[in-house]
Amino acid sequence: MEPVQLLDPDGRLTQDENWPLELTPELCRDLYRRMRLARRFDEQAYVLQRQGELGLWLQSLGQEAAQVGSISAVRPDDHVFPSYREHAAALCRGITPAELLVQWRGSRNSGWDPATYRFHIYTLVLAAQLPHATGYAMGVQRDGTDEIVLAYFGDGAASEGEANETFNWAATTEVPLLLFCQNNQWAISTPAHTQTRTSLHQRAQGFGLEAHLVDGNDILAVHAVTAAVAERVRSGGGPAMIEAQTYRMAGHSTSDDPDRYRDASELDSWKTRDPIHRLERLLEERGWMNDGFRADLEAECEVFANRTSQECKQLPLQDVSTLFNTVLAEPTPLLTEEHRRYAELVASFAE
Amino acid sequence: MSQLTLSKALNTGLQQALTNDPKVIVMGQDVGGLGGVFRVTDGLQKDFGPQRVIDTPLAEASIVGTAIGLALRGYRPICEIQFDGFVYPAFNQIVSQLAKMRARSHGQLALPVVIRIPVGGGIGAVEHHSESNEVYFAHTAGLRVVCCSNPQDGHWMLRQAVASEDPVIFYEPKRRYWAKDEVTDTPAESTLPLDRARILRSGDDLTLLTYGGMVDTCQRAAAVAAEEDRREIEVVDLRTLSPLDMETIAASVGKTGRCVVAHEAPTFAGLGAEVGAEITEYSFYDLQAPVLRVGGFNIPYPPAKYEDQHLPDLDRVLDAVDRSFAW
Repeated sequence: MEPVQLLDPDGRLTQDENWPLELTPELCRDLYRRMRLARRFDEQAYVLQRQGELGLWLQSLGQEAAQVGSISAVRPDDHVFPSYREHAAALCRGITPAELLVQWRGSRNSGWDPATYRFHIYTLVLAAQLPHATGYAMGVQRDGTDEIVLAYFGDGAASEGEANETFNWAATTEVPLLLFCQNNQWAISTPAHTQTRTSLHQRAQGFGLEAHLVDGNDILAVHAVTAAVAERVRSGGGPAMIEAQTYRMAGHSTSDDPDRYRDASELDSWKTRDPIHRLERLLEERGWMNDGFRADLEAECEVFANRTSQECKQLPLQDVSTLFNTVLAEPTPLLTEEHRRYAELVASFAE
Repeated sequence: MSQLTLSKALNTGLQQALTNDPKVIVMGQDVGGLGGVFRVTDGLQKDFGPQRVIDTPLAEASIVGTAIGLALRGYRPICEIQFDGFVYPAFNQIVSQLAKMRARSHGQLALPVVIRIPVGGGIGAVEHHSESNEVYFAHTAGLRVVCCSNPQDGHWMLRQAVASEDPVIFYEPKRRYWAKDEVTDTPAESTLPLDRARILRSGDDLTLLTYGGMVDTCQRAAAVAAEEDRREIEVVDLRTLSPLDMETIAASVGKTGRCVVAHEAPTFAGLGAEVGAEITEYSFYDLQAPVLRVGGFNIPYPPAKYEDQHLPDLDRVLDAVDRSFAW
């Protein structure tokens, strides 16, 4: 099956009657702006890691279309369960740079209140968030509301038992769940063809899910497909899966060295399919991006990058007592005693 | 007040929990039409419908994982894991997700999930159906781990577990499922909070700490010791394995000066090891003998024909008592 593509790598647009898209300059400019901001943020976070301000960073570089295109196609009250690389999607929900970075700075294990943004905290153990999303959707189903749940995962996570259990469980319970797989071709150093011999959307179909394949670097296709599928899920059509073919243009993390396992030519080939570039071509060709818009966006990106740096460096450390007080609803006598003894020991060095 | 088996007492506990709070959900393999393999959920689906008493696919990781999602949505799920040895596929969801969510979210996300697990041996079962794996979970910060031993406690501890804002691993000793006793309709004077141990029998000579399936054995041992050796043994049912009720434990050992810990699980790095270390620190100068442990051998749970030899029986408990007095 060929992936759904509306915008080719050169920015040429083909409408697809199966995936209608109301193309407006506003929509294209908005999507473009969000991708640019996300990429600039990601670049800055990378720099912060190299400066020693972050312990680790996992770049979303190259996956902006898959993330921005999908999250912009669901409603703000649709709850999202991300994996850990969904920075572009998180920014779309209003999560701040500081909230996104604090976890990677080592000051907290998560940075934001999921209820505020309808965006769950990151899950680092692969695919573990998928049953959570399914259970949340079971709750939505029981509440009788018309929300849907959007869950992100990747090609590596798809090998986990919990991913496959989720395909099956979601299909049998008919929950309002949209599973969005960013197949970025690499699970650290393991290529997708080592993970699986069937394509992921076909596997999902085998479990009884409606599943589609989309060009994940084509933001218009991602947006159109996600919007249509989300509405089918919302109207009781049952759970669905979308596989977006994209590419992890950076290493797995700042600790990774992709030169050890993949050819530069592969990256070069994907660079020609850059998600931002092709929408930029469309905007230029249609005359939807004037110099004012361009200059404003460049300035906004730089302000955003500076804010990212500043907020990161000002992130406070919480009092160590927080660690003892958030294990259970009330600290146990053991926790209270450990905390007390430790405080006493620290105080004994004060003089 | 009625005479109920432990299985039925748990069943009525679930019934009450489902009645009192529309957010309570019971879920697991075969919990609906069948009523669970030990009949603990018998009749609940008929009374509360398949939306609240859910027959799930056979997938332990997802039973716990979806319960986490339901809890994030505001529900209070009670999961049944069919047998102790089947909980391991859910280990990641319990240890990395359920236990840590509150701490990972800096206290923002509570997961009031109860995981019921039939535990231990003594019923002649095939392999993987007789295990005692409580320490894996007791070792994990962020979980409460409790084990009931009789119908009255089973009923009320389960209702307290459902009301708890913390995740609770709730162990039910299989060989006590059909033991009958009185269960009160309202909390009795003797009903304890979930985090307290129970003194079942008072005595001044030795403290015998135990829980779950071993409680009955230990009570019989105490009766024999009193009759044959005039030794007054204080039997304490720990009930809560994490956190431990050290106040009750230390008070008892402070009084008796001798302590034996008995459980079905292997002694190495078992709960008795932790209890022993704690007592040594709390009650060092009160001790007349080291804390002794009686437990399963450090072997995988044996085939059914050997389980009478593997599980500590009356003789092995009394032998430990003798060794303590001989010190």
